[in-house]
Amino acid sequence: MSEGTVAKKQKLSVPFDYDKYLRPKKLPHIWCPGCGHGIVLKALLRAIEASGLNKDDICMVSGIGCSSRTPGYVDFNTMHSLHGRAFAFATGIKFAKPNMKVIVITGDGDALAIGGNHFIHTCRRNIDLTVLVYTNAIYGMTGGQYSPTTPLGDIATTSRYGNIEPPFDACKMAEAAGASFVARGTAYHTLELEKTILEAIKHKGTSVVDIIDACPTYYGRMNKYKSATHMMEVIEKDGTVSVKQADKLPPEKLEGKLLRGVLYKTDRPEYCEQYATQVMGKATGK
Amino acid sequence: MAEHKKKLLQGNEACVEGAIYAGCKFYAGYPITPSTEIAEGLSVRLPKIGGKFIQMEDEIASIAAAIGGSLAGLKSLTATSGPGFSLKQEGLGYACIAEIPLVIINVMRGGPSTGYPTGPSQADIMQAKWGTHGDHPAIALTPAYVQEILTETVRAFNLSEKYRTPVIVLYDEIIGHMREPITIPEPGELEVIDREKVTCPPDEYFPYDERFEVPPLAPFGTGYRYHVTGLNHKKDGFPTNDSKQINENNLRIMRKIENHKAEIWKNEEVSLKDADVAVFSIGSTARSANFAVKAAREAGIKAGLLRPLTIWPFPDAAVKELAKRVKAIIVPELNLGQMVLEVERCAGGACKVEGIHRVDGEPITPAQILEIIKKHAK
Ligand SMILES: Cc1ncc(C[n+]2csc(CCOP(=O)(O)OP(=O)(O)O)c2C)c(N)n1
Ligand code: SF4
Repeated sequence: MSEGTVAKKQKLSVPFDYDKYLRPKKLPHIWCPGCGHGIVLKALLRAIEASGLNKDDICMVSGIGCSSRTPGYVDFNTMHSLHGRAFAFATGIKFAKPNMKVIVITGDGDALAIGGNHFIHTCRRNIDLTVLVYTNAIYGMTGGQYSPTTPLGDIATTSRYGNIEPPFDACKMAEAAGASFVARGTAYHTLELEKTILEAIKHKGTSVVDIIDACPTYYGRMNKYKSATHMMEVIEKDGTVSVKQADKLPPEKLEGKLLRGVLYKTDRPEYCEQYATQVMGKATGK
Repeated sequence: MAEHKKKLLQGNEACVEGAIYAGCKFYAGYPITPSTEIAEGLSVRLPKIGGKFIQMEDEIASIAAAIGGSLAGLKSLTATSGPGFSLKQEGLGYACIAEIPLVIINVMRGGPSTGYPTGPSQADIMQAKWGTHGDHPAIALTPAYVQEILTETVRAFNLSEKYRTPVIVLYDEIIGHMREPITIPEPGELEVIDREKVTCPPDEYFPYDERFEVPPLAPFGTGYRYHVTGLNHKKDGFPTNDSKQINENNLRIMRKIENHKAEIWKNEEVSLKDADVAVFSIGSTARSANFAVKAAREAGIKAGLLRPLTIWPFPDAAVKELAKRVKAIIVPELNLGQMVLEVERCAGGACKVEGIHRVDGEPITPAQILEIIKKHAK
């Protein structure tokens, strides 16, 4: 399939110059061969292009981790913050400047372990942040310790006898906490991911996209995957089902699989708007 | 002007007035005794003037949000006490290395841990300097009167904007909760320093341009797209592994404060010129010291008080000079010995140095101080 036909089919933009959004002088990136983080970045940049947003109005905030290195490579207002705290820094920026589109880049450890409480309260406020959680089931940056999404029984450098902690479902938590847009994508389903991220960017309120991607270097090698592509096939392709397909499948076919696509979407008052109308409105007697 | 009037205010309320006067437009915090009145006050005041108030989920998030607010161009404040100040240390270090202006109020209470929430303390002096890991610059101001909490809060904002660095205001629970009549200054009466505007074209802008001692900070979203990180970085804000650049990054953030110590220092002296015995003290303890010094003078003892309003950078010059001409420096403080170590360092053996320490949740009394003054006057 040529990119042109894909674009038409998906109603997404035609091929474009990635350098428009990258900081070419800051490349090459630090990611290992086969790492999913670069694939996600590509989908994100294409979604940003399709959104029509101006680079000056985009702010990207990350925590700490391999995934959190993303902001350094892109030509926006970028902040590489503290481990787990990207949500709070981003909340400050968005609240101070509500006209900016603020995108949070965070790993599963960053978002769900050390940043878990910030994640919950961001969703609860429903502040207009686009949150991309890079779920690779491992702490990549620190060399392969188990994370809050490592499956039961799996091997990490700190779970040599098999992980005994049940994994988190970031989407369920986001929805329960109050996020008004919750979706899941994978680095395998790139076009679908691009579309999902675009929808998340356009949504007003906290939008969370849980993105399943692979860390072949640590998680893959320790858990006997043959290659990065093998991981993508097993975890991302065979391990997930799109919400549309899921409707047609019997429950036993869905067992152990994660749902992809937009899982939850609702209209709920957004934090900055509430502050402007309710709080400032009452305070100034307007 | 309507606002220019005498008011009977609590210390924490005066802090709110100071923040508003200084142009603060962003507050993020988490409630904790004895600082909560600052948040309560600003939650009412800020939305009236187009400012932003948010109660975050904890103190780590509060300082992070305040840094975000500042990076987006608003003068930002966060306030806390004891355990909350411990949690803010992570963000404080970030603001130091990323050079983000920010004011942090710490109304000191008894510790360690939850300690004595409603009791006064001055036990965070060292935490204000050394609490966050790594070498870093520190500015901490120590008002002792309700009026001074207002003026020192304004000064804290000014210093943070001028030097692009977080500034801490430390005062104890006694003055945080004490009520005194104060005057709200007229606009223009106190100096208010605003952030320097960036005027160069975006492609010539470097957020850490070493040609400046304090490079100007362009707010996010104003056409200057740059990178901010807590990693050691180059002039363009991007991380570096180059040892020369890491060294320069670490030294420059220290130098910009070190070179301007004389402008940041502020001391009050009470009958110090001809003193034989000096007291070195801050906050509510300095108020007791003031009484003790007066009582000593009445008893014919040449006693004096050196009261720093800037505790960090430590007033080395003033203490060194003082040590050469007095018999003793007495250091009363509501902790088990923090400032006294710095005074000993500066005195370098030139005079005696004796601490008076108290951690039972009660203030140090004038009588306690007078007794030690008398001992050294003999
Ligand atoms: C306060 C703090 N604790 C621990 C670390 C060490 N650390 C850096 S990245 C990381 C985990 C990163 O994992 P994840 O967020 O899943 O991202 P990935 O590297 O897998 O993309 C940890 C534990 C840190 N930088 N700061
Ligand atoms: S360690 Fe894992 S997560 Fe990090 S860059 Fe390599 S493959 Fe990606």
